Amino acid sequence: MTNLLTIENLHARISGGRDILKGIDLTVKAGEVHAIMGPNGAGKSTLSSVLAGKPGYEVTVGSVLYQGNELQGLGPDERAREGIFLAFQYPVEIPGVNNMYFLRAALNAVRKQRGEAELDAAQFMKAVKAKLSLLDISDDLLKRPVNVGFSGGEKKRNEIFQMAMLEPKLAILDETDSGLDIDALRAVANGVNRLRDPGRAIVMITHYQRLLDYIEPDFVHVLADGKIVASGDKTLATDLEARGYAHLASAA
Amino acid sequence: MSANLDTVETVISAGEEGYKYGFVTDIEVDELPPGLNEDTVRFISAKKQEPAWLLEWRLKAFRRWQTLEAPDWAKLNIAPIDYQASTYYSAPKAGSGPKSLDEVDPELLKTYEKLGIPLGERAALAGIAVDAVFDSVSVATTFKGTLAAQGIIFCSFGEAVREHPELVQKYLGSVVPPGDNFFSALNCAVFSDGSFAYIPPGVRCPMELSTYFRINAAKSGQFERTLIIADKNAYVSYLEGCTAPQRDENQLHAAVVELIALEGAEIKYSTVQNWYPGDAEGKGGIYNFVTKRGACRGDNAKISWTQVETGSAITWKYPSCLLEGDNSVGEFYSVAITNNLQQADTGTKMIHLGRNTRSTIISKGISAGRGQNTYRGAVKIMPKAENARNYTQCDSLLIGKSCGAHAIPYIDSRNPTARIEHEATASKVSDEQMFYCQQRGLTQEDALSLIINGFCKEVLKELPMEFAVEAQKLLALSLEGSVG
Repeated sequence: MTNLLTIENLHARISGGRDILKGIDLTVKAGEVHAIMGPNGAGKSTLSSVLAGKPGYEVTVGSVLYQGNELQGLGPDERAREGIFLAFQYPVEIPGVNNMYFLRAALNAVRKQRGEAELDAAQFMKAVKAKLSLLDISDDLLKRPVNVGFSGGEKKRNEIFQMAMLEPKLAILDETDSGLDIDALRAVANGVNRLRDPGRAIVMITHYQRLLDYIEPDFVHVLADGKIVASGDKTLATDLEARGYAHLASAA
Repeated sequence: MSANLDTVETVISAGEEGYKYGFVTDIEVDELPPGLNEDTVRFISAKKQEPAWLLEWRLKAFRRWQTLEAPDWAKLNIAPIDYQASTYYSAPKAGSGPKSLDEVDPELLKTYEKLGIPLGERAALAGIAVDAVFDSVSVATTFKGTLAAQGIIFCSFGEAVREHPELVQKYLGSVVPPGDNFFSALNCAVFSDGSFAYIPPGVRCPMELSTYFRINAAKSGQFERTLIIADKNAYVSYLEGCTAPQRDENQLHAAVVELIALEGAEIKYSTVQNWYPGDAEGKGGIYNFVTKRGACRGDNAKISWTQVETGSAITWKYPSCLLEGDNSVGEFYSVAITNNLQQADTGTKMIHLGRNTRSTIISKGISAGRGQNTYRGAVKIMPKAENARNYTQCDSLLIGKSCGAHAIPYIDSRNPTARIEHEATASKVSDEQMFYCQQRGLTQEDALSLIINGFCKEVLKELPMEFAVEAQKLLALSLEGSVG
């Protein structure tokens, strides 16, 4: 199977600063679920920002190929329309913009790129209803302004709901478990599990092992000081839980 | 809408026919030399064949104007205006505009396209001379017929002076007295034309006034005069302006709008103002110094102002309500955008005179580029206004680092039973919001448009549907290039 994402010797930084990522190599195929774990300051969020094309970050060395094409030079919106989805650690509030309206605008932007017809309001509502059952989301949430006044759990559920609607090829979940109580975590994890698909890769970035109890990864990587210092299957995560990051970090 | 479009096409083709057969040869071109004195006023009045009382009224206003100074309290930087250098009367010059769309600035046409203005209307908006025959078009007559059947009068101000002098004389200047301020006095002295509407008792006007007529309205000149009267328990919704950028050679615009709502009547007045704002360096652009005021002159009357101000180099404008009748209601919903070097000082006055009067003020100011945006509002509760209530919400949104937002609310309560609430916020379009939207697939332009429209939502929802859609696009267009 061909690679969906190929990261080679990636060095990146916040514009003008020092390198935070110092030579990342990672290969992700469609259908796989990868977990990237690591201590604070390892560069986890930088990696997700660089993949999504967040302004203010720059690649200094190396390459990121997505479906065989270099991502550098593409804007965040172009990457999104090509099927890269980032579930935010801190989803952003957009006052006055109805959640449904926002999602429809996003979906139609993505569909247009795929060469599919844009959905009108009625078709869109039908698509929404079909996906609602995936997640425990109330209608009320859909009618409210994007993320405004949402609880932590609601925000994360909303992110996964957007992912369900947009059907990305590559989903990056940035600390999706942070700030969730156990029930919310279970609900979000169930949603993600239902979105596992042979045509879709998922990269989970997380600080804690507990998310992996609910979403079982095919591969686990440990990121420390800007490099991947260990890779393995899910047992690596269990190992980490017992022994901590310290011994791996010192090896970096 | 389609009737509208057809009409324009008809008119255009009629215009072309007209040219072919030499239709426009017999046009009297007369223009006053620049300058302003009593003779100018007399000349204008005579040209318009006005009755003696109106000439006297103009002259009185002119004498008053001479004693007044241009206001300098607004937070505006205005280069001195030489009032003697302007021309105050010029007869319509048919054929002076572009003859076809080929002669129109392609940039302007591109903007019309982005706004979704129907093809037929674009020609008229671009200033192609079609209005000479506009009034004789059958569709216009049909609309007028529909209105007349219900006793509604809707015509040009000049026509109202001729046909309905008793109504004009009774109400003209009754809300904005000629000497009210420098610009209103100037308008009273030299006003060119404008619109007049009268809705008889108990009649609900069956259409938004001026959706069809807006192309005409776009040309009504530098010193426009509008007078709208809703008699007892009548209702009317009036739309002023147009979302398309308007060409105009005159730099100074000083209009006066007066609304009168009698007992139980309601007037909803919506404006989209998109005069030429000047270029990115602040050269050119319209000075829009408007006096707009409505009086709730009976119990249970209601006046609602909604404005979307995106154009003009300088905007000086405070649509206000005099809440005279008991239980009367005043509303002001405003979006004002300043980009590049635009300046806006705008807001409202709510004067509570009657008992149980209520007012609502929702103001949204958006500043981008080096624009300066000031909300200036006054809420005044007079001694007899028992149980008056006001709610004011004043939000500012900043885009970039070189713009400014200012809020200057005045509150003056002379009755202890009054309840006045004021909320204000200032925020920025954050990089995080932009990134979030873009990460979901929206282009930078669409992302900004979405955020701005969200910010303005409470105001935009007050606009009539058709207007609202265009206004949304206009907001995005006005801010094009302000991010990134």
